[in-house]
Amino acid sequence: MKLNANIPDGPIQQKWDKHIADSKLVNPANKRKFTVLVVGTGLAGASAAATLAELGYNVHAYTYHDSARRAHSIAAQGGINAAKNYQNDGDSVWRLFYDTVKGGDFRAREANVYRLAQVSTSIIDQCVAQGVPFAREYGGYLSNRSFGGAQVSRTFYARGQTGQQLLIGAYQALSRQVGLGTVTLHTKKEMMDLVVVNGKARGIVTRDLKSGEIESHMADAVILATGGYGNVFYLSTNAKACNVTATYRAYKKGALFGNPCYTQIHPTCIPVSGDYQSKLTLMSESLRNDGRIWVPKQKGDTRTPDQIPESDRDYYLERKYPSYGNLSPRDIASRAAKQVCDEGRGVGPGGLGVYLDFADAIKRLGQAKIEERYGNLFEMYERITGENPYEVPMRIYPAVHYTMGGLWVDYNLMSNLPGLFVLGEANFSDHGANRLGASALMQGLADGYFVIPYTIGGYFAQGGFDKVSSDSAEAKQAVAEATERVNKLLSIKGKRTPASFHRELGKIMWDLCGMARTEAGLKEALVRIPKLREEFWRDLLVPGSGEELNQTLEHANRVADFMEFAELMVTDALHRNESCGGHFREEYQTEDGEALRNDEEFAYVAAWEYNGVGVAPTLHKEELTFDNVHLATRSYK
Amino acid sequence: MNLRLHIWRQAGPSAEGSLKAYDVNNVSEHMSFLEMLDVLNEDLIGKGESPVAFDHDCREGICGSCGMVVNGVPHGPERKTTVCQLHMRKFKDGDEIYIEPWRASAFPVTRDLVVDRAAFDRIIQKGGFVSVNTGNAQDGNAIPIAKTDADRAMDAAACIGCGACVAACPNASAMLFVAAKIGHLAALPQGQAERDSRARDMVLQMDAEGFGSCTNHYECEAACPKGISVEFIARMNRDFVNASLKG
Ligand SMILES: Cc1cc2nc3c(=O)[nH]c(=O)nc-3n(C[C@H](O)[C@H](O)[C@H](O)COP(=O)(O)OP(=O)(O)OC[C@H]3O[C@@H](n4cnc5c(N)ncnc54)[C@H](O)[C@@H]3O)c2cc1C
Ligand code: FES
Repeated sequence: MKLNANIPDGPIQQKWDKHIADSKLVNPANKRKFTVLVVGTGLAGASAAATLAELGYNVHAYTYHDSARRAHSIAAQGGINAAKNYQNDGDSVWRLFYDTVKGGDFRAREANVYRLAQVSTSIIDQCVAQGVPFAREYGGYLSNRSFGGAQVSRTFYARGQTGQQLLIGAYQALSRQVGLGTVTLHTKKEMMDLVVVNGKARGIVTRDLKSGEIESHMADAVILATGGYGNVFYLSTNAKACNVTATYRAYKKGALFGNPCYTQIHPTCIPVSGDYQSKLTLMSESLRNDGRIWVPKQKGDTRTPDQIPESDRDYYLERKYPSYGNLSPRDIASRAAKQVCDEGRGVGPGGLGVYLDFADAIKRLGQAKIEERYGNLFEMYERITGENPYEVPMRIYPAVHYTMGGLWVDYNLMSNLPGLFVLGEANFSDHGANRLGASALMQGLADGYFVIPYTIGGYFAQGGFDKVSSDSAEAKQAVAEATERVNKLLSIKGKRTPASFHRELGKIMWDLCGMARTEAGLKEALVRIPKLREEFWRDLLVPGSGEELNQTLEHANRVADFMEFAELMVTDALHRNESCGGHFREEYQTEDGEALRNDEEFAYVAAWEYNGVGVAPTLHKEELTFDNVHLATRSYK
Repeated sequence: MNLRLHIWRQAGPSAEGSLKAYDVNNVSEHMSFLEMLDVLNEDLIGKGESPVAFDHDCREGICGSCGMVVNGVPHGPERKTTVCQLHMRKFKDGDEIYIEPWRASAFPVTRDLVVDRAAFDRIIQKGGFVSVNTGNAQDGNAIPIAKTDADRAMDAAACIGCGACVAACPNASAMLFVAAKIGHLAALPQGQAERDSRARDMVLQMDAEGFGSCTNHYECEAACPKGISVEFIARMNRDFVNASLKG
């Protein structure tokens, strides 16, 4: 298979405009003859569904939530980037493009990233018009803050609830179309499989989570906007239901999976408190605008933080990376935290924590200002830990947060399966090996509002869409397979719950494929995962039936896919004999412990093709070329 | 700590429900309320019994999925806190805890503690938006918005759509939910063009869904995990009257 990214010719600044101009259009009267299924109603899915409906397409939107407004995007706290340069501090489309390529450790596709930076400014305009209440200055103009990996202030925010407000904006745009009858919304419907007819994506199979009914839905194109797979680690900052099923099933139907090993560990999360822990809570990166990160200089210092004088503290980010300091990118800040904890200088129970201290900022700005900026985050911290962060420094530790990997897509956001488009966190496209803060919201909305509406038209204009129905052999077979699988999960009647398997799998992944990876560890994971999977299919216990609301069954179905997907992730991590961004292989580091890339051999996207459960997948490479940004060692010193 | 729970069990929308007692032991004060229920459920599954169904997702107090009445109070005893963010340090050894679903005819029980809140979505679909197609927008800074207006819009927009306001109200009214959306958009210049029709259409849909009317008990504000003020209800009433006068 030859991978073609379909990047338009010409200078990078003109590629997108030229592509739009060159794309064939679908006549307005014909648009409603095309049916599009959008799976997922997060930022990417809701914005795509609403916009495609505005254009006149016949849209069906699916979510496993009870309402479109509950998608995981709602939890994003800190903000969204855009190259508006309202602060007059030297920002530009070029700089956002450059920061993102560099932040991604030179493993992203230049043309996509440039387009992302270009459309970023329209996103802010669109959201303001929808009534998103972004923070404002007293003069009435939009306010900005800084995020990691940037030296300009380009992050727009709505208190500590930016994702919520952007999602509500997209949800309202979607609701408007539902009210107008142009979008049919299917809540509590979980996609179980993709239906491929004559090599094209033509439908999906869903299970109704209330009645258990399994059925197929056919269309002319399928859009997956189903989010990331961070929950393969069990503990992560993702919402509990986030899972890999939609993209993994598409992979099993022939779509290539890009860079599955690229996962982001976020440096500032509330540490684990016990083995009942069900998820981890992020403390937004925006806190690093004012909070200072430190640990004691001495190992095993048991004094309380207020008893440790300045001279005995190590503000290690400020020391090691003076020009970015506490705003160093996530992968770097996370590894630095792990390092000081590994040295025995961590704080709190088990020594797995570092301080995030606001004392200086409170002294400088006053508590009221800090409260205005971060009040809800401080409250959340206190609710969870029982400690008041205005008085004692927060304790934080890195946690799994985001997945840069995802289904491989070309410049049009179409996978190698014609008619299957993938948006938002579910695709692999724009963040390379490390995503910068406040760039996921930007990408999700760029994909949904401003990219897919153009590129899907180009696909439809090619023609050749014969009618397919749910009676086709392919659709019937996919429904039969999904039904059989549900029955199988229910009929094992073993002794272990899906949660106990999920926890165990997550521990293997965190220990062996987490913040630091080694060849030996990854090889061990490749032995342990198939064993655990075998036990899963032998000893799983799911009570109840498939014809009712059965949350244990839902979980089991998702864990079943994680059990296979984990192996793919490890395979990718093992093959990539270099360190880059969030992928840190201990064998490949510089003398002072920084990631050591190998551009000669690994400047490519690894796109994997499915060959069967437990069978090694086939690697396809998309070589990355850097014509605009000079490939350099990433330095934040 | 050891606790005795009394939990509403109901197999399906048309099944009869009742409270059932369960003992949970060795609960850590650092657990969240939902983690305590997770422990109970793991235990129930292990015994081959059906676990307690409850909605949840983010567990960070923002998605609005979770919701249950704990000892008679929606989301439980801690003010301005969703039940997923409630921690067991608020309880003590030997406590008996009563856990029930939201009760409102517009929110039928799906199973156990899970209710169907689709009525909220249908209200939004009637007008809880600004009619602006993608691509229509002018520059984000073209219309300055006073910080106080933006802040007020944000105060209202903080609603997470959980339904606690309805569960708290003796009349099962959805006024706070509807007023929050109307108040959010009415505070901004972008929301003015459709201000009247929005208030009218959303309120009419709210009535059609079978929510009760507001008789100024203000239990909703006390139960709201985001602390949304009943002031927005008064503002909404003015908008609704204005809209009705204009016909
Ligand atoms: C705590 C937290 C804070 C964050 N803060 C920021 C931030 O400040 N700035 C930033 O830029 N990014 C942030 N991020 C990242 C960002 O929020 C996400 O990457 C982004 O919102 C993902 O959006 P999405 O639309 O791709 O997917 P999601 O919002 O995850 O939506 C997925 C949708 O797909 C549906 N779905 C999934 N599978 C199926 C299936 N099989 N069948 C049916 N439906 C399905 C779900 O129901 C849901 O509607 C944060 C992430 C977390 C975890
Ligand atoms: S689970 Fe999301 S608000 Fe409680």
